[in-house]
Amino acid sequence: MSWVRTEMALAQPAPTSVRGPIAWVRRNLIGSLGDTILTILGIAIVAWVLPQVINWAFINAQWTGPDRTVCATITQGGIQPDGWTGACWAFVNAKFGQFMFGTYPIEERWRPILVAILFVALLVPMLIPRVPRKGLNAILLFLVLPIVSFFLLIGGAFGLPHVETSRWGGLLVTLSLSFVGIAVSLPLGTVLALGRRSKMPIVKTLCVVFIETVRGIPLITVLFFVSVMLPLFLPAGVTFDKFLRALIGVSLFAAAYMAEVVRGGLQAIPKGQYEGADSLGLGYWQKMGLIVLPQALKLVIPGIVNTFIGMFKDTSLVLIISMFDLLGVVKQNFSDANWATPQTARSGLVFAAFVFWLFCFGMSRYSMYTERRLDTGHKR
Amino acid sequence: MASQEVLREETSRSSFFNDPKVRSLFFQTLVVIVLFGSVWWIVQNVIDNLQRLHIASGFGFLNGRAGFDISDTPIAYTSDSTYGRAIVVGLINTIIVAAAGVITATIIGFVIGIGRLSQNWLIQKICTVYVEIFRNIPPLLVIFFWYSGVLAVLPAPRDSYHLPLGSFLNQRGFYFPRAVWGEGSWLIFVALIVGIAMAWFVARKARQRQMATGQQFPVLWTSVALIVGLPLLAYVLSGFPLSFDLPKQSTFNLTGGFQVKPEFLSLYLALSCYTAAFIAEIVRAGIRGVSKGQTEAAAALGLRSGSILRLVVVPQAMRIVIPPLTSQYLNLTKNSSLAIAIGYPDLTATAGTVLNQTGQAVEGVLIMMIAYLILSLVTSAVMNVVNARMALVER
Repeated sequence: MSWVRTEMALAQPAPTSVRGPIAWVRRNLIGSLGDTILTILGIAIVAWVLPQVINWAFINAQWTGPDRTVCATITQGGIQPDGWTGACWAFVNAKFGQFMFGTYPIEERWRPILVAILFVALLVPMLIPRVPRKGLNAILLFLVLPIVSFFLLIGGAFGLPHVETSRWGGLLVTLSLSFVGIAVSLPLGTVLALGRRSKMPIVKTLCVVFIETVRGIPLITVLFFVSVMLPLFLPAGVTFDKFLRALIGVSLFAAAYMAEVVRGGLQAIPKGQYEGADSLGLGYWQKMGLIVLPQALKLVIPGIVNTFIGMFKDTSLVLIISMFDLLGVVKQNFSDANWATPQTARSGLVFAAFVFWLFCFGMSRYSMYTERRLDTGHKR
Repeated sequence: MASQEVLREETSRSSFFNDPKVRSLFFQTLVVIVLFGSVWWIVQNVIDNLQRLHIASGFGFLNGRAGFDISDTPIAYTSDSTYGRAIVVGLINTIIVAAAGVITATIIGFVIGIGRLSQNWLIQKICTVYVEIFRNIPPLLVIFFWYSGVLAVLPAPRDSYHLPLGSFLNQRGFYFPRAVWGEGSWLIFVALIVGIAMAWFVARKARQRQMATGQQFPVLWTSVALIVGLPLLAYVLSGFPLSFDLPKQSTFNLTGGFQVKPEFLSLYLALSCYTAAFIAEIVRAGIRGVSKGQTEAAAALGLRSGSILRLVVVPQAMRIVIPPLTSQYLNLTKNSSLAIAIGYPDLTATAGTVLNQTGQAVEGVLIMMIAYLILSLVTSAVMNVVNARMALVER
């Protein structure tokens, strides 16, 4: 009477109307009339922009050459046919050393290169979660490396010739400013955030005033402040290195933003954690260092990295107090008569943008990865 | 007995030092002493340095003759004007570029942010590429790119690009026809104001009636008719007082019309493009923050998709969007200080020039800081009002 199936029916492939490239196109590009119009619009934008960009950056680009003639049209005194537009990578190629090190003496450039190698060698194991000995690594990266780099880069000891910071430039300045800024602003910002949440009225007021003032004014004003006012604040004859002044400005600025990020994390920690730590008999710093901050900082990693990215981008502003970071050096070289063509500025800026983009994009992707890894169900 | 006495004494003494109140008092006194000490030291140094450099402190210098020219002057200014007026010109320029930038960045940001949530794969990718490019490069670089990479290599005035509506684009900027208001044109402005007021009144009444009776009233079309129609009527009645001063091309330059200088143009475009990428992310987060159940519930109530967006999704998304949007507006205002790098005379640039000419470093930096703080506070205050109207009304 009854018939019972003894084996399962094999799964059938999905109908062709919902799988395969045609179905994908139908679903994602021409789903409705509006969708189709948008797709046509999108294709028009891509078809207009992409060929121009590729032509400019690769096909018409000049990769090598001795001077401006390779990047200028005949009317501009060069060898290219009139109407030619293309990137002048030859300019970037010729100035690459400057873009990286500024006017750091050529025979001494092995020193920044060595620092860069040490930095990468310490940073990479720090970033890979599986590599052991994170504590030792952190000490080497944040305590030993700065000291070693200081002597390597400035010199004047151990038989190394002295190199003034006014000769530093390019990516060297960008990276050293942001590394020191990051290393200073995180602890300083944490202290400011703790101060802002402190129960001592005077400490709290001071921290609030500092944070809100710095956050309310542009970085340029802060840099003006440190470059113009700091010399006035010190006794006559005491002068600060310009590089150091920029460092102070950038670090203070970033610390105020960091403080707000860390405060967000502190506020997200339930009160029971604080009370639990108190009831264990922990002191203030033990409570914060062992119980609260590890949880709070973990929560705000995206915010911290965003602040780092912001600061990395902000280091480009030091060119306004006439220091030459990567962007500053690139801009300085526009006026080189040997390379002045209509394409020079564009090519140099695109190169600088690409370098900045690589670093910032890398940081943001790493932060997303860390966020996923540390997301141990704490978020509410 | 004696040992117990000692013990009690020790515990009481240690508890005195561990008393949070005593500790707090001690640390705060320490902070105050250190603070006052360093402030006193700094003030002494400043006084010494100023005396040595023969600079008189105080704000009296603001009445001195400026002696430098400013390229963009929204209010009357010559090199014979005072330093104070130069700084005011800078402040107005900052406000102009910030306001223009905020409006454009909001529009681009909303379009890109909604585009990133589009079902359309291509549009979504284009918007993602835009956001990822502009979020990860410094704003100063974007400004330079527009300034030296795009606007500086435009053709000379002789070969300007002709754009629609009689406007021109060349390496000296963007030229468009300037409106010349004739006799009796005040009537148009009055009509415009009256139109807006009436539209607001109609909207209010219509809302009250809908709340009371459920009857709807076509508010949108009435408002359009009032706001556009009334000024148009006034224009006709007052005898067509509006004419246009068109830019004309001569051999070496363009004459007439209204010129937007490349400095302003590049700053404005760069700030808009850069901030738009951040606004797009905020908008995306805001719309995604409205749970799907809300949309479905609204659909279940029988609302059309447009009404769902307007009445259910957008009001809730705005609640998430407005606070971070405010900080982006503040960032844009602060980033407008980058104008100094391309020579647009904003507050930082003019105050910096004044500072260099007079040597009044303390006062100059103080003026800058206070001006930016006030701008930030005003923006936050306005946005807080908007936010309060949008915020969740809880019982």
